[in-house]
Amino acid sequence: MIGTGILKGMAVTARNFVGSYFEKERLITVQYPEERIPLPENYRNFPILIYDNDPEAGLRCVACKICEKECPPQCIYITKSDDKKPDYMGKPQFYPKVFDIDISVCMSCQICVEVCPFEAIKMDKDFELSKRERFDALLLRKEELSKSNEYYHRIHPVEAAAVDTNLAEAAAAAQAKKKAAAAAAAAKPTPVTPNPTTTSAPGSTSVPGATPPESSSSPTKS
Amino acid sequence: MESLEQIKNRAELAARGAKIDIVVNPGPAQQSSLLIDNEHAAAVAQFLRNHPALTFDYCSNATGVDWLDRVIKKTTKVKTVVDGVEKEVDQTIEEKIPGYLEAVYHLYSMKHKHGPLIIRMRTANRTDGARLPSLTPIWRSAELQEREIFDLYGIHFEGHPDLRRILMWDEFVDHPMRKDYREPDDYEWEPTPHDDVLEKAKQHYTPRPQLDGAENVTAQPQ
Amino acid sequence: MTATIQTLEPAERPPTTMSSRLDGELLEVSMGPQHPSTHGVFRMNVALEGEIVRKLKPVFGYLHRNHEKIGENATYLSSMPYTDRLDYFCSMTNNWAYALSVEKLAGIEVPERAEYLRVILAELTRLQNHASLLGFLLSDMGAWGTPLMYAFRERENILDLFESLSGSRMMCDYMRFGGCRVDADDAWLGRAKKIVDLFPKFLDEFEELILQNEIVIARTQNVGKLSPELAINAGITGPMLRACGVNYDVRKVDGYGIYPRFKFRIPLGDHGDTYDRLMMRALEMHESVEILKQALAQIQPGPVVNPKVKLRAFRPPVGEAYGRIEGPKGELGFYLISDGGPNPYRYRVRPPSFINLTVLEDLCLGHTVADVMVILGSVDIVMGEVDR
Repeated sequence: MIGTGILKGMAVTARNFVGSYFEKERLITVQYPEERIPLPENYRNFPILIYDNDPEAGLRCVACKICEKECPPQCIYITKSDDKKPDYMGKPQFYPKVFDIDISVCMSCQICVEVCPFEAIKMDKDFELSKRERFDALLLRKEELSKSNEYYHRIHPVEAAAVDTNLAEAAAAAQAKKKAAAAAAAAKPTPVTPNPTTTSAPGSTSVPGATPPESSSSPTKS
Repeated sequence: MESLEQIKNRAELAARGAKIDIVVNPGPAQQSSLLIDNEHAAAVAQFLRNHPALTFDYCSNATGVDWLDRVIKKTTKVKTVVDGVEKEVDQTIEEKIPGYLEAVYHLYSMKHKHGPLIIRMRTANRTDGARLPSLTPIWRSAELQEREIFDLYGIHFEGHPDLRRILMWDEFVDHPMRKDYREPDDYEWEPTPHDDVLEKAKQHYTPRPQLDGAENVTAQPQ
Repeated sequence: MTATIQTLEPAERPPTTMSSRLDGELLEVSMGPQHPSTHGVFRMNVALEGEIVRKLKPVFGYLHRNHEKIGENATYLSSMPYTDRLDYFCSMTNNWAYALSVEKLAGIEVPERAEYLRVILAELTRLQNHASLLGFLLSDMGAWGTPLMYAFRERENILDLFESLSGSRMMCDYMRFGGCRVDADDAWLGRAKKIVDLFPKFLDEFEELILQNEIVIARTQNVGKLSPELAINAGITGPMLRACGVNYDVRKVDGYGIYPRFKFRIPLGDHGDTYDRLMMRALEMHESVEILKQALAQIQPGPVVNPKVKLRAFRPPVGEAYGRIEGPKGELGFYLISDGGPNPYRYRVRPPSFINLTVLEDLCLGHTVADVMVILGSVDIVMGEVDR
């Protein structure tokens, strides 16, 4: 019969409209920005660089350029340093002199995070990034990208805990190896300075300043 | 489905004078294909579609491939007699394969639910005389796909009802999917700071004129 | 306010060209590319006699970015996030089709749990694609907004699932060669189960609205009829093919992944008209819910990615492979040629919604302009995939 379809449609509309006063589930929108839906743990937006304690010296990135190579839209730009600095395990490593990410090009695919062997680059959750300018403001430099490990724990608690355990295990293994190497080299009286950074997980001890002598790293070399 | 040899023999019998080669696929997918000579391609395709045991009534995918001239180096161990002593010497054979443009069709049978049968046609001519017979009269699903091959690879399909550019605009001259395609310097004007596009673009565009400050005056005081 | 109508004297009239004859025979209208009912930047040059379509030529390429060339210049892994952008409604099935082709190319095994997750995600994708398609189709018919919002409410639930698993609502980039990127925990599976259990309720409501609505019936039945012979010959796939009564579903025919383990039916249409195409989506959603219930009940813990597959510097052996899956829009295939290098030598996408447009003119001839939108809506296109 002509008209029943319209009546049915109006009935559904009325059910949803009236129902929204009684059932919370029927209300599907929130009043952003006053109200916000919590972001899921796995949410990703743009990459950040993780550092332990010190934003300059504690940067985990060693400028290996793997992410630059694998980045699908080629939005990462890295210049390797000339000298080496000790990383969280006390091993002298290169560090990025320049590390830029053009987030106007970045497509948030997380491939840089997956390919990074050093747990140095992670995804941020900050999505309110509107800028008044198109080019330079959306080019994030190393200083803007660097975020502390605590920040990373705050945004991805489960993932960050797993990363810390992994890193602690790796550090412990390196420490054990170093000890073995030191025991083997005990005949030779080499002054191996005990490195405070290799003892435990990153974030608990500090690296900076204490630049170990170049010789201390030679036994750890594999 | 019958084996490729059987199909090849049957097709050669059905289409008089047709020359069909089997192109072996060395990969784990094991999808070998039939290379059909251009003259008899339509007859062979007709046979493949109409033969009751084969009935490849559905052409799933039609695409082009551009193979440039390439050299394949094969190293084999050859026993030679050097100064009366038998020796194994590595001998490198360089095999030159001249380039060609190729059209590949993936055929399935919706009636018998078998497939894929892959057929190929090749033309060595890379200039505007690159011609292949169109299979659109046999499988209409090739209509848009052959137009796309014509657009992106520059293969003219003879017998196609409506061969025009499809994805690029009509005034576009080159064929962008060819391996030797060079994009014009100014194809993209997007000055990302770390891009050689900017350098290229600078050669083509004069920089913005220096403004004299008049644009800052927005409103006259009343 | 008085409106003045400017009339041109005969001498001032622009010269009539072949394409725009105004002498009462044919009138050429360019529909799109900015038309709201063309589902993106798609244009149709329509020649009209009165209101009847006499000729229709689709114009493509407004969203062309040469996806295939990008794929040839990127590593195998780098192409994975680009596949999300093909059909941006169904990034999970796009991922799967690409992963499946690379797995064929390199001979990679996939662990069982990853296969289950893939099936779950692909069927969820099918649900949200079909739901939003029905909403769009009703929008095209003039039911502006409300049904679409109901469909999007359900779609949003599913996208929330995708977001909590993969980190992004639409650009999931979730699957990897030899498995999936991250594992789904029990809480996620529980949420998925809840959404799947509630989905039939929405379907029933939606079907009650659509399928018996006399306006929908008047607008869709006997509109845009497609014969099975033409559909097969023109390579039409997906729900559009099955609406013509051709029983061809890659899930059944190829039995890729672990689809042979599930019990589900293939709905088939009788008439091949727009109404059947619309029904096909509704019926397929019921079957998807069935598959999802089975998959969510059967899934067992285990690894989600094959540990032998290298993430960095992935190089498949020399060869070629064509892999295809039954996407929500039709058969989505990837044809890859490897020359042993880190990038594919040839990277070809077989886009279902592009090839389904082959018969657009045949469907529209003899119908009115208003029907063109409904027919185009029932083909289910996404321009990201059509133009690539």
